[in-house]
Amino acid sequence: MCSLPVPQEPLRRVAVTGGTHGNEMSGVYLVRQWLRTPVDLQRPSFSAVPVLANPAATAVCRRYIGRDLNRTFTSTFLTSKATPDELYEVTRARELNHLLGPKNSSQAFDFILDLHNTTANMGTCFILNVTDTFAMHLCHYLQLQNSEPPSRVLVIEASEDTTFSVDSVAKHGMTVELGPQPQGVLRADLFSRMRSLVASVLDFIELFNQGAAFPAFEMEVYKFLGCMDFPRSEDGDLAGMVHPQLQDQDFEPVQPGAPIFQLFSGEDMLYEGDSTMYPLFINEAAYYEKNIAFMKSKKLTVSIPALPVLTPNPTPLT
Amino acid sequence: MEKPIKKIAIFGGTHGNELTGVFLVKHWLRDGAEIQRTGLEVKPFITNPRAVEKCMRYIDCDLNRVFDLENLGKKMSEDLPYEVRRAQEINHLFGPKDSKGSYDIIFDLHNTTSNMGCTLILEDSKNDFLIQMFHYIKTSLAPLSCNVYLIEHPSLKYATTRSIAKYPVGIEVGPQPQGVLRADILDQMRKMIKHALDFIHHFNDGKEFPPCTIEAYKIMEKVDFPRNENGEVAAIIHPNLQDQDWKPLHPGDPVFVTLDGKTIPLGGDHTVYPVFVNEAAYYEKKEAFAKATKLTLNAKRIRSSFH
Repeated sequence: MCSLPVPQEPLRRVAVTGGTHGNEMSGVYLVRQWLRTPVDLQRPSFSAVPVLANPAATAVCRRYIGRDLNRTFTSTFLTSKATPDELYEVTRARELNHLLGPKNSSQAFDFILDLHNTTANMGTCFILNVTDTFAMHLCHYLQLQNSEPPSRVLVIEASEDTTFSVDSVAKHGMTVELGPQPQGVLRADLFSRMRSLVASVLDFIELFNQGAAFPAFEMEVYKFLGCMDFPRSEDGDLAGMVHPQLQDQDFEPVQPGAPIFQLFSGEDMLYEGDSTMYPLFINEAAYYEKNIAFMKSKKLTVSIPALPVLTPNPTPLT
Repeated sequence: MEKPIKKIAIFGGTHGNELTGVFLVKHWLRDGAEIQRTGLEVKPFITNPRAVEKCMRYIDCDLNRVFDLENLGKKMSEDLPYEVRRAQEINHLFGPKDSKGSYDIIFDLHNTTSNMGCTLILEDSKNDFLIQMFHYIKTSLAPLSCNVYLIEHPSLKYATTRSIAKYPVGIEVGPQPQGVLRADILDQMRKMIKHALDFIHHFNDGKEFPPCTIEAYKIMEKVDFPRNENGEVAAIIHPNLQDQDWKPLHPGDPVFVTLDGKTIPLGGDHTVYPVFVNEAAYYEKKEAFAKATKLTLNAKRIRSSFH
């Protein structure tokens, strides 16, 4: 898979989105705070724009109104003609695409950072497209700047026409997930961690804009492989739950034969794969309706090439 | 001497996104062997099926606040909120409230996002039978801790779903996010119900329970988040208070931290015990936590009148 082009010029148009899911409170409250006091998002070479992505869902403290906004930035939805009875998030995705995009165009924002929470014990996790070399450098920088608690990187492999998330509207982007935090709850520890992560993201962009060098490196990442549903009865209802030995063990290796579910009748269900798997988003509240008990990933090391070094004051070409 | 217990109900899904009770009750509706006891009628029941289906706390209003005589006496009409109509149905099936025909005991199963552990909720501090039951459950669960929360208060007591029974029992286990089912929490709630049913079984069998005392926490006051001029939350639970339910909180201890980092301490001049710290469902009820006071409850000896 070929890499996304790396930026050859300073990033000027940067957005930080929160409330993409209206009940993930860290981003909701940070964005509201920045809308009142935008100074925290200012750097010498640019000012990031705070965006409350799903205001209607945020107002009622729900993930979404009609459908998951963070699955709606596909070309099908973005180019569809507005109809009176379309779902709220389809309209909203088009608005955001107008504001921050258009997706896949030269007018699109340079970078979108999208802020999320999970009920799973994911700690600090960055989710991005492995081909986005600029964002991979950003993760590397964040890991060095914020080593406690450790952060992990989840990469997805997607081409431009299969991406669907808010941050895919910009030329470069990344999702930050902090957990565990229940939906509708704001925890002070996660709130301050997210605030300092966002500050580091903006610092990195500023450093890049100022011509700092970011050499090649190798990095351990988790690569998304697929999803695992709960055990279910014939009528589709849950027949069991995440096994107590798997609960809260996100990113810890699961071997074939390890217990992964416990049925209400008391029996255990074992993992039937044929190799070590790393589970993610274990028991995330929002994924029950998506038929996902957890995601499976593999751990691997990736090599990321150096970023181009920008000239602070580029001399015009003759 | 008290009459033996005959009819028991176990309610789940009074709040549709508190999943432990929802799935325990659904499981017992399919296979109720573990909740059956000789001579007892034990009925598992989903109280708010529409909210369960949508995995929301409620559809129109909080079902666990509408079992007052005014709402239960309203003329049935399609214009009433769904939960008021449902409350009347439940009152018809398991009540009527304050009548001879009502169920003897209702256990209502709840979860909280707060770090409350196993909690038994008591509505009346003079109820010898329930204090004896709670003493039995606490003793049987040990070393697992189980606290008793007393909601007897002239203005803060609320009209619970379970209040239609002669002996209402609230069971609250946390922390568990809304819409999530945790195996460890489910196991704890299952044990609480098992011990409660065992107690009733022993009581009906004629076992005598000598006088006992339990420690309890009685609600004193609800505390809202500090808010700005638009009514929005301006300060959140301080990290030192987060997850510290039931732990003594002294005057001067940090309670809130404003969004720009200033600490707000506890005022007043006496130690309180915080409960329901940072419960998701209480943001809209303007409750960041509740202050409780610690006290001892006494129960007289009880024995079933059959023996």
